[in-house]
Order: sequence, then structure tokens, then C-alpha cells
Amino acid sequence: MRLWIRNGRLIDPATKLDAVQDLWIADGRIIASGSAPAGFEAERSIDAGGLVVCPGLVDLCARLREPGQEYKATIATETAAAAAAGITTLICPPDTDPVIDTPAVANLIQRRAQAAGKARVLTVGALTQGLESTQLSEMGALKEAGCVAMSNAGRPIANTLVMRRAMEYAATHALTVFLHAEDPWLSNHGCMHEGQVSNRLGLAGIPEATETVAVARDLALVQQTGVRAHFCRLSTTQAVRMVARAQYDGLPVTADVSAHHLHLTEIDIGDFDSQCHVLPPLRTQRDRDGLRGGLARGTLLAICSDHQPHEADAKLAPFAATAAGISALESLLPLSLRLVEDGVMSLMEVISRLSYQPARLLGVEAGTLGVGAVADLCLFNPDEEWEFAAQHMHSRGHNTPFTGWQFKGRTVMTVFSGNIVFEREIAPPGQF
Amino acid sequence: MMSRNIQLDEQGRLRHFLSIEGLKRSLLVDILDLAESFAGVTEQAVKKVPLLRGKTIVNLFFEASTRTRVTFELAAKRLSADVLNINIDASSTVKGETLLDTLQNLEAMHCDMFVVRHADSGAAHFIAQHVLPHVHVINAGDGRHAHPTQAMLDMFTIRRVKGVFAPLTVAIVGDIMHSRVARSQINALTTLGVNEVRVIAPKTLIPKEVETMGVHVYHDLRQGLRDADVVIALRLQYERMQGAMLPSEHEYFQLYGLTEEKLALAKPDAIIMHPGPINRGVEIASDVADGPRSVILQQVTHGIAVRMAVMAMAMGSMPGRDG
Repeated sequence: MRLWIRNGRLIDPATKLDAVQDLWIADGRIIASGSAPAGFEAERSIDAGGLVVCPGLVDLCARLREPGQEYKATIATETAAAAAAGITTLICPPDTDPVIDTPAVANLIQRRAQAAGKARVLTVGALTQGLESTQLSEMGALKEAGCVAMSNAGRPIANTLVMRRAMEYAATHALTVFLHAEDPWLSNHGCMHEGQVSNRLGLAGIPEATETVAVARDLALVQQTGVRAHFCRLSTTQAVRMVARAQYDGLPVTADVSAHHLHLTEIDIGDFDSQCHVLPPLRTQRDRDGLRGGLARGTLLAICSDHQPHEADAKLAPFAATAAGISALESLLPLSLRLVEDGVMSLMEVISRLSYQPARLLGVEAGTLGVGAVADLCLFNPDEEWEFAAQHMHSRGHNTPFTGWQFKGRTVMTVFSGNIVFEREIAPPGQF
Repeated sequence: MMSRNIQLDEQGRLRHFLSIEGLKRSLLVDILDLAESFAGVTEQAVKKVPLLRGKTIVNLFFEASTRTRVTFELAAKRLSADVLNINIDASSTVKGETLLDTLQNLEAMHCDMFVVRHADSGAAHFIAQHVLPHVHVINAGDGRHAHPTQAMLDMFTIRRVKGVFAPLTVAIVGDIMHSRVARSQINALTTLGVNEVRVIAPKTLIPKEVETMGVHVYHDLRQGLRDADVVIALRLQYERMQGAMLPSEHEYFQLYGLTEEKLALAKPDAIIMHPGPINRGVEIASDVADGPRSVILQQVTHGIAVRMAVMAMAMGSMPGRDG
């Protein structure tokens, strides 16, 4: 589609551009910005006055539930939800069923995503076969099939020797390893942060050391093996400090954080609110502040959604018996924009951590508005105030703790590979 | 966003009894006072009052219990309610029927109150959030979280012997970590305003940040018992133990078992309590459990009156008040 996006405030973290400019798109790519290309005839001209036009968001962790758990969600439903949230690239972890440990599964996901046509889905291959932490997966073949990194998803590799070998083998193929920092013995079937609230509610706690012990071990192995490593969803200030120290020492490590860990704490669990049951668990206010600081300083490179849609029943049980996770695609941008309001970082930086930085980490072509780039765009109204509500979510999973939250900034349109994949009807002024 | 306490109705009266936490002192005192009037009933030849005639109470036990279930049953019968005991093997819920399914099936039978014991913390809250508006829920123990009627019968026992709470130093000894009884006792004691609550155990059995509940932590039993007015021993719950928490029962008894010799450090008129069932020679010596300062069997007796009081209050059927 030939698009002319007029009068938008272009924010491009790749070049630090922040200016009101027009953008021209053809054949799925950005062909010009600022001044019109000669002889351009737009099929559609979009008035983006008052809107921010930024790169489509790149989400480092989203469970789409297909294959294997289609009763929770499908690639079609979740990529549509991503489009509604301004997300154009989704990274799918390997804990599907079957696991992404063969090219066939990776290809299946690609095909389904292409058929849906709402967003780009990139896969992370399993580090070990079946995620069982015993035998290495065929990483060479998985890389060939398009996997952008390797991980064992949420299943910690307890055996340190297996972890070392997995890192060495991944390094052989110049693959980045995504690490889920959890010592399974210390987490010991816990379901929330070990501290004041777990004590009050009598819920089994997951101590801070669950994460820090694993980070310490994995950093030692990164140093030994030289693998490029990325810690997924850190939850503690202490772990952020350890990663910062390792970065200072020159180790090739990065890390990300989920949007909900930047806003919620153990206190939000209140009286057993299962919508706040997440892993890693919500920690203390001190940790939340430490994560925000780590994000501002760049230790934490990206903000991800850690999207985990569930059917309603999965959250209808006593807390420990409920499934962990939040249907989080649609709260990613609003929660991130709130960081600007809270003075954590600038709008430019927030957009960078949602698009340019994660794209750069993966080495994929996305996250920029440069001429020639793939035309993945998110158009949002930075001033629109709205109330988040589970029942209005596009995701099949309505499990969210953010119902009733007042947000400022809302997606208006999403362009993926030059096509408009989402467009919100805007009510005339004075009407809802 | 603070949600209102689901245990109370709009007028602040008891609707469910799920946890001591969040209840006012005056409400706890009301429970104790009402229990006192029922204690008279249970001592009479005709042990019934007609307060809950025509009501159906279901004892819904997902976890084995003798004492608690029997005293709840007796309490309900003495209030003239019809009682149904349902023991559900935890494994049947694994077979596909969810807790909510079980609940809805029972509600279809038109009962007025569920007395629930469940191995998961928060189970009673969960049930209270999902029952029909006219149904009341009493927590008879949920995971490690709360066992509020046990705590209230302990308070009742303490008040009967000591009269007042304010000057008391209460020491709770044992597996605080896994104990729903300890959590509810701590909440009740601090709400009723005792002078000091101490918890005594090795670090492996003390939960993180327990001080935030308003208690003092001791790892040395002798120091912790010094000048105590009330000493509560907790059952060492082996079934909850995962991992290496203690080296042996023998060492536990040596260091934390209540013996006459160690109790000499407490006040001479100190009372010894235990929620039962007791492990003789593990957390308490037999001569202490059966000795003159022990009120362990009185606790059991008081359980009936206290549970009558809680049931009557939650159902809005106070003597001398409109139902």
C-alpha cells in the first residue's frame, strides 16, 4: 500500500529524530521522510496531526499459545491483539507444545503468522531437546530455520555442566542465549516473592536469591564460554546490580524487564489477587525502583510484555493453584508511557527500549523509521486519557491486573510491512 | 486501590470469618463475649439454643481433621442448625472438578454456610468471593494462611485465665513458618493489644520479615520464655516440611521442646497452650502437657463456644437481636 502519513510527530530512536514530518511508504518500506518523493501518489493519506509516529514495537517475549494450547489463544488472535497494541514484531519463546526444538515447529509458527498477516513472529529455539535440560537441541538447524536466539524458556537448566555445554554450543553458532534466571531448588514451588506479603498470606515464597544465585552462576559461565547472553525479565535490584557489574567488566550480557515489574509490587497481590500471580514474582517497592533505575541507566536494555494469555478458569482457584502470567500485549505501551510521566526516562528513550534496542539486540530489521527501512509503525495519541478494561482487550486472554487503571497515550493505528493492520475508530470530540 | 474487607458487610458486621487480619478489636471482643454466653449453654443439661434452626451448615473439609471438624459440628448442632459433613479427598479435585464446580454443586443444595478447610492458602477467601450473596463462609484453616477460630478459642482461653490482655507477654514456640495457627494468633494478640508477642524457633522455621507482624523474634528458647505469661507450643508439622529444615526431632526437643526445667524461666503462673494434636517428646514433654499449668484440654472445650459465637454472628443471629 502506498501511504502518506502527514503531520505526525516522528520519533526515531535510531537517529534520535523527534520532529513533525511527513512519511511516505511504498512496497512495504519507508521510501521518504520530510520531503515528498517525486511523483508519489498515495493510495491513502493519513492525517497524523497530534499523533506520535514511531517504529512498531518489538516485544522480546510473548506467548502466543500455538501450537499446543489453542484453548488459551492462537497466533491469529494474539497477533491481532499485538497489532491493536502497536506491536509489529513478537518474539515467541520455545515452550510451545511441541517445543521449538526442530525446524518443523519453527516453520509452522512462521507460516501461521504469515497467514494471519498482523505481525512478524520470530522464534527462539530450545536450548535443550524438549526443554528437558539433558540433550542439546540442533541449534545449527534451528538457526537455519530462522530462530533468533536460544533459550530454555521458563525451565531452568539446573545441571551446570549442561548449561556450560549449551552456552559453548550456542556460541559456536554465534547464537545469543536467552537466560531465565532461576535456581529451581531455591524457588521450591513458591508462588510469590518471599517477604512481608508472602508471610502475611501464608503463601510459599520465592526468595531474591532464587534469581541472584542463578545470575551469578550464569555470569560465571558466560565469562568462561564467551557466549552472548541476555537475561530475560529480571525482577530484583540485586540481579540488576550484578548484570551492571558484568557489563562494566566487559562481558557480552544484556537484560530486559517486563512492563508489569516496573509498576506492580508484592503489595498489589492484596488478598490473593491471582491476576498478580506472575513469574518471576512481583517483588518489593525497592526492587521496582531498582528495575526502573536499571532501565534508565541502560543495564536493562528493553521493556517486554511477557505476554501470557490464559482462559478465565486458569485464574479461578486459590492463588497458588492458578496459572502464572498476564495477558500483557495491550498494556505494554501504556505502562511504558507512564514511565515518562513518572520521570523515569524520556519519551525518546522509552520508545527506544520498546523498538530500536530490542531489534538491535536480535539483529533483526525493525525498530527504525529510516528511509529504506521496513514500514512497521505505531501511531499513538500521546494525550488521550483512557481507562484500561479487561473486557475490551483484543487478546483471547483477559487476564490482567490493570483493569481500572487510567492511562495516558493510546494506539491509534499500526502499520506492519506497509499495511494498515490496525486502525481505531475515533469518536468525534465530546463523544465516547 | 484498597478493596474493602470482604469479611464485613456494609454496616461493618461479620459476614464471613476468614482471617483475624483487618478485624477491629471491638469485633474480636464481641466474639469473645458472645462465646462466654454460649459457654454457659454448653455447660447446661440441655445444650441447645434455637438460634440457627432451619439453617443448613456444610462442613467442607478438603484436608483431614478430627478436632476442628467435630467441634464445628457440635457448635452447629447446639445452635440447632442442620449439619452436613463433606470430606473431599484432595485428589478428586485433581480429577477435573474444580473447587468452583464443587462449590456450585453444593450451593445448588441451598445451604447457608460453608465451614471450609483446604490445603491452599487463600482457599476460604476464594470461596467467599464466589458464593451467592446469602451464603456465609467460615475459614477452618487454609494452607499456611489462617485458622481464625483456633486463634479466637485461644484468646478465649487466655482471657478466661488471665482476665485481661494488656499486660501479657505471650511466647509462641515452634514451626511459625508453616503454621496458620501462629499467623492468626499473632494477628489476634496484636489486635487485642497484649504487651509483647514473641516467636521462638530456629531460623529455618521463622518466615522472612515476620517482625512486620509486630512480633519479637527469639532463636534461644530460654531467653524467649523469660517472664512469659502465656506459652504456646506449635505442632511440628512434618508433613509440611520440604527440604532440610531441622536435623532431627531429638535435637529439636533438646533445643525447643517445652520442659518443666525450661518453663521455670516463665512467670510462675504462666499457662501452657497447644492447638493440638500434640507430639509428646517432640515439641512438648508429657509432664508439661498433662501438668497443672497446661490448659490444652480447656482449649478444646472452648472451641465449641467460640465456634458457636462466630457462626451465630456471621449469620446475623445474635441472641436478643433481630435475625
